[in-house]
Amino acid sequence: MHFRKRASLGLKASAVCGLAFLHLPILLIFLYAFTTEDKSYQFPPPGLTLKWFGVTWNRPDVWASLQLSLEVAAVSTLLALILGTLCAAAVSRAKFFGREAISLLVILPIALPGIITGISLRSAYNILDIPFSTFTIILGHATFCVVVVYNNAIARFRRMSGSMIEASFDLGATGFQTFRYVVLPNLATALLAGGMLAFALSFDEVIVTTFTAGQQQTLPIWMLEELVRPRQRPVTNVVAMVVVMVTFLPILGAYYLTRDTSASRN
Amino acid sequence: MNSTTLAVRHSSPGSWLTDLFWNKPGLFIFCLLLPPLLWLGIIYIGSLFTLLLHSFFSIDEFSGLIRYEFTLKTYAELLSPANFDVILRTILMACAVTLAAALIAFPIAYYAARYANQKMKALFYLGVMLPLWSSYLVKIYAWKLILAKQGIVNWVVEGTGATFLLNSVLSLPVVGGNSLAVSYIGTFIVLLYVWLPFMILPVQASLERIPESLLEASGDLGAAPKQTFRLVILPLALPGVIAGSIFTFSLTMGDFIVPQIIGSSRRFIGQAVYAHQGTAGNIPLAAAFAVVPIVVMIIYLYFAKKRGAFDAL
Repeated sequence: MHFRKRASLGLKASAVCGLAFLHLPILLIFLYAFTTEDKSYQFPPPGLTLKWFGVTWNRPDVWASLQLSLEVAAVSTLLALILGTLCAAAVSRAKFFGREAISLLVILPIALPGIITGISLRSAYNILDIPFSTFTIILGHATFCVVVVYNNAIARFRRMSGSMIEASFDLGATGFQTFRYVVLPNLATALLAGGMLAFALSFDEVIVTTFTAGQQQTLPIWMLEELVRPRQRPVTNVVAMVVVMVTFLPILGAYYLTRDTSASRN
Repeated sequence: MNSTTLAVRHSSPGSWLTDLFWNKPGLFIFCLLLPPLLWLGIIYIGSLFTLLLHSFFSIDEFSGLIRYEFTLKTYAELLSPANFDVILRTILMACAVTLAAALIAFPIAYYAARYANQKMKALFYLGVMLPLWSSYLVKIYAWKLILAKQGIVNWVVEGTGATFLLNSVLSLPVVGGNSLAVSYIGTFIVLLYVWLPFMILPVQASLERIPESLLEASGDLGAAPKQTFRLVILPLALPGVIAGSIFTFSLTMGDFIVPQIIGSSRRFIGQAVYAHQGTAGNIPLAAAFAVVPIVVMIIYLYFAKKRGAFDAL
């Protein structure tokens, strides 16, 4: 028992510094949303104000892109929930040839850089002459959202014992009844968690979207425009803060729903 | 046993389907798999295929239109010095980010895996998950604020009188520049920041899988803590590090937004793909550029699999 039971100071310090490195920049966003300075990114802010929240509230372009983002995220999440659950059910229930290949296929859209998915879809739309629309955005988003639902669902399916389903059938339930009263209640929190993460993933996605959106602006595309050519810094600051808060909620929610299975994106 | 229960079942509308699937589980699995496989097969694999196809087409220099004939001309263009520089630069950056991520991630993962109690562990987990999942653009935006001319870095540097230190770092050849926001160092820091969380989780998972008894045995056999660390813990944690490096490497290689917003004007692969498919309309060259990260990742994954990194995912 020569191995230390307590962490050395150096280890503790580097772990804490590493975590601080991950969190401090995000906290800074909260400060900048209140700054009175609107021409530069001056630090420390010369003064604090709430007026930019009102200004942002009255911006139709922000609302329009927010609405498009919510629409895309909602439809993509729904599609991902259906496809991901079906896939997880099949892969977890049986051993069959090509199981590994299917897992790989599901993971590929997020394992390869987003730019590959983006340019692939772009070139497919080009060959097939498909014009850009909300539909083309959703097509891309649903594809990379499947994996999140799949990961959460398969972790839950593996814990669910097959004998419960057999018992349900033995007691005379139909397939639909078994799904409705046995499988779904067991699966619900995992699906909710997967759905929340898929929603957060889609709501935030920008790389694939730049290739599939045409003239339409989702909220991330709107932000990207501001990052490249800053025009309304204060409004961007407020939008950034709201985006941080909106994405934190599903992440925390998903964490509490799947704490015991510790299913995650990876 | 089945026949008796089947006989009891009432003839509700869905029951014939239930019986069919019960008797033929293979058919059931097939029906479950059909929609996701069709979706991913047609939309994803289909588009990957058109990407590959496009990379074998070329652009007509005079009309600027895509010539849909098989040619290797576009790939030859990749090897021109300017384009090859882009590829080399991107791969070097991906290596640097991956190495730095491993160095920073290890102490965090090590502390969380070996010393944190249940409560601390949850805190660490959320501490990694929140930055991992929070908005990619907001994270980049935060760094734009930090590295701006009047931002926090310059404020600290001027306040502590470390201006000469920053200036000497920025005067370094190649990696330096006029300010952090337009130098490779800036690009490196932001890429590291954005992709670091993807390294921590697999490393922590692999460290958690090392049984306590193994470390005790090593100590009992006379190894000093340093030896145990080097000869027992590190080799067992390596698959986790490689698994994490798959993410950091791949994601850095494909990123085109970070170098566009924070960095010099010299292009990375992602920017080349984006620029060529955009206003230039040169989808073949963009596709050929996009094939590079795919090929690099295939080679990378092959070696990662050999080192057992897939079991650590």
